[in-house]
Amino acid sequence: MRRHLARFLTVPRWIMCAMVVLLAGGVMSQAAHADQPLRWAADASADVPFTFHDPNDQSRLTGFEYDLMQSLGEHLHKPLQFVQNDWDGLIPGLQRGLYEMVMCGIEITSEHAEGIDFSAPYYVTSERIVTRRNGPALTGLEALNGHAVGTIKATQAERILANHPQVQMRTYDEETNVFMDLVNGRTDAVLIDGPIAQYYGATNPDLQVVGQPIGTVSYGIAFAKGQNAALREQVNAALEVMKKDGSLHRILARWNLWTPQTAAWAEDTSTPTIEPVNWNDYVAALHGSSGWRAKTARYVSFLPLLAKGAVLTLLVSLCAMVLAVGLGLTLALLRLYGPAPLATLSSLYVEIVRGTPLLIQILLIFYGLPQCGLNLSPFVAGVLALGLNYAAYEAENYRAGLQSVARGQMEAALALNMTHVQSLRYVVVPQAFRLVMPVMTNDFISLLKDSSLVSVITLTELTQTYIRLSSTYFDYFGTGLMVGGAYLLLGLPFVRLARMAEKKLSQPHIRRR
Amino acid sequence: MLDAHNIHKSFGEGAILGGVSLQVRKGELVSIIGPSGCGKSTFLRCLNFLEIPDRGTINAMGVTIARDGGPWRRADEHVAHRLRTHVGMVFQNFNLFPHLSVLDNVLLAPRVVKGETGPTERDEAMALLEKVGLGRVAQRYPVSLSGGQQQRAAIARALAMRPEIMLYDEPTSALDPIVAEEVLGVMRKLDDEGMTQIVVTHDMRFAQVASDTIVYMDGGHIIESGPPETLCVDPADDRTRRFLRTVL
Repeated sequence: MRRHLARFLTVPRWIMCAMVVLLAGGVMSQAAHADQPLRWAADASADVPFTFHDPNDQSRLTGFEYDLMQSLGEHLHKPLQFVQNDWDGLIPGLQRGLYEMVMCGIEITSEHAEGIDFSAPYYVTSERIVTRRNGPALTGLEALNGHAVGTIKATQAERILANHPQVQMRTYDEETNVFMDLVNGRTDAVLIDGPIAQYYGATNPDLQVVGQPIGTVSYGIAFAKGQNAALREQVNAALEVMKKDGSLHRILARWNLWTPQTAAWAEDTSTPTIEPVNWNDYVAALHGSSGWRAKTARYVSFLPLLAKGAVLTLLVSLCAMVLAVGLGLTLALLRLYGPAPLATLSSLYVEIVRGTPLLIQILLIFYGLPQCGLNLSPFVAGVLALGLNYAAYEAENYRAGLQSVARGQMEAALALNMTHVQSLRYVVVPQAFRLVMPVMTNDFISLLKDSSLVSVITLTELTQTYIRLSSTYFDYFGTGLMVGGAYLLLGLPFVRLARMAEKKLSQPHIRRR
Repeated sequence: MLDAHNIHKSFGEGAILGGVSLQVRKGELVSIIGPSGCGKSTFLRCLNFLEIPDRGTINAMGVTIARDGGPWRRADEHVAHRLRTHVGMVFQNFNLFPHLSVLDNVLLAPRVVKGETGPTERDEAMALLEKVGLGRVAQRYPVSLSGGQQQRAAIARALAMRPEIMLYDEPTSALDPIVAEEVLGVMRKLDDEGMTQIVVTHDMRFAQVASDTIVYMDGGHIIESGPPETLCVDPADDRTRRFLRTVL
């Protein structure tokens, strides 16, 4: 595999473990029925040439894995449904039953097989060396000694390089960064999976793929551990048919990915004349996008996508903020005026939620709660996680606000024969709100940006859109400015709204009961 | 009208009130005087349960709460709430609601507590503000008013709940003498109309001129009480005499 699968198999291992333990309790079978679409997931945000958004038409998915999956669906006689998920969420989503399969260049290794079940390989390739054309001539593994060499974390290539201690290895999370550093001279070579070397290296006029293929890498389709054995058998059978009937050969050749290793693995020595049309299209799209006119046209074509991402970002943030304000105020009032047990509970909530990372809370709510029988949609889970998290911060704001309203205000209200609740509602809380309004605005802007974390639960919001667009075109600057501007535009109305609210709250304005 | 019997109150170890009793007749204006820290403000605040007495009995307009040192319960809070329907209060620092206009300060409690929201209430509130001389600043915010205006607004706000008894906690201590006179004028007007009023004050001239009864407190006890002509001219206790000598 070409990216850090390790990150969801090792780093958040405790989450995984917790989930696997919960899973053991009782799992509903997610076996797909004939009429139900077969759901499969990949991270299409930056995955050339696996599954990615067509540079010529961002609304269309393409890629050699995407095409293989379509062919697989035809061979299985089942409709397919694609699910976009962030790389870190792919395997947890599988365990949760959001989809039956993940096809995302996952390398078949014994370590990976501990956490997931693999199909038979659908593609076999090897590692390749990529160098700068004007850099040192490095044509084999031995020649890399003493040079800085980049690769992706937790991959076959990394393991190969680790066996050569004289090589100064640099590891990265993203393909684009590996090649960016090679182009900029921070490294002298890159050792990476064949398809990536070809699509990122060979397409760049400054770089070249050199030397012989090194080692062997097999990609497999991932299934949830211990489930879906029947489906896995069907998929394996279909893959075997695809090898025999030439559809595998055809697709890989169109993507210019049919190599001698692949031929040897597939035991297919035929040489049909197949034009590498998809490869040609991709190269043409890359080259056609360099002029400023093409760039402008491309930026304009981004707008609908950005708008879509922005709407989701806004919607998630607004709903989460409403929840955060309501719950936060309740928590603050309970802590200050509630009975002792509730006050303790409230401060406990604040400490726990404030003291744990938001990302883990999101993952726990979305992937963890279903094990307890609570299955939330990604949107609801995202809103809930953000809202519950920000409520803790809002609670502390309101507590400070409530405490800074003079004590005499409460006494005056009580002396006027209001109850405690009425005094809080009509006298203390309105004044506290006015005090904390600037801080709340701050928090909302912050929430707007933190909402990007919901991309780990399949929601394609603004930041996710940015990653997808920028890495498709290697254009971090222009796209970054656009997305940054979009966030700014989203935030500004709320700054104004907050100012208006501050003024409004100082007006003689008391709602009737 | 109002009967406080044997009120005890202590904060932590320090006893503030050591058994204070006071009867107030309808229409009476009672001034409570005494040195700082003598417990007179605490006693006043006990009368409407802003401060909860440890022991003692308070009866106002037939609502009775008896305290025997036990915990303050929800049921007690309900009775205190009922008692406060008869008792209005004015504070040294006015405590107007800064987020509301003067008129809305007056209208808030009738709206919230009694659900009175009609035009009649508005007219009544305006009439009250006219009465304390603030008709022209009804739409302004407290922050833009002088101290004297703020205190008169606070009186109008308390009167809007139609209390039978008014409590004043040093109503003019934060005001200069000329402005204070405006506030005292309003209180004298209310006295003429028959309002029952209890005033904790440092203003001896007002106490002397306007009170029906002056109560002298010291060390958490009532030392003596009586009409101004007796108490100020010929006090029975040495402590009263010494106090009067320093303030008069």
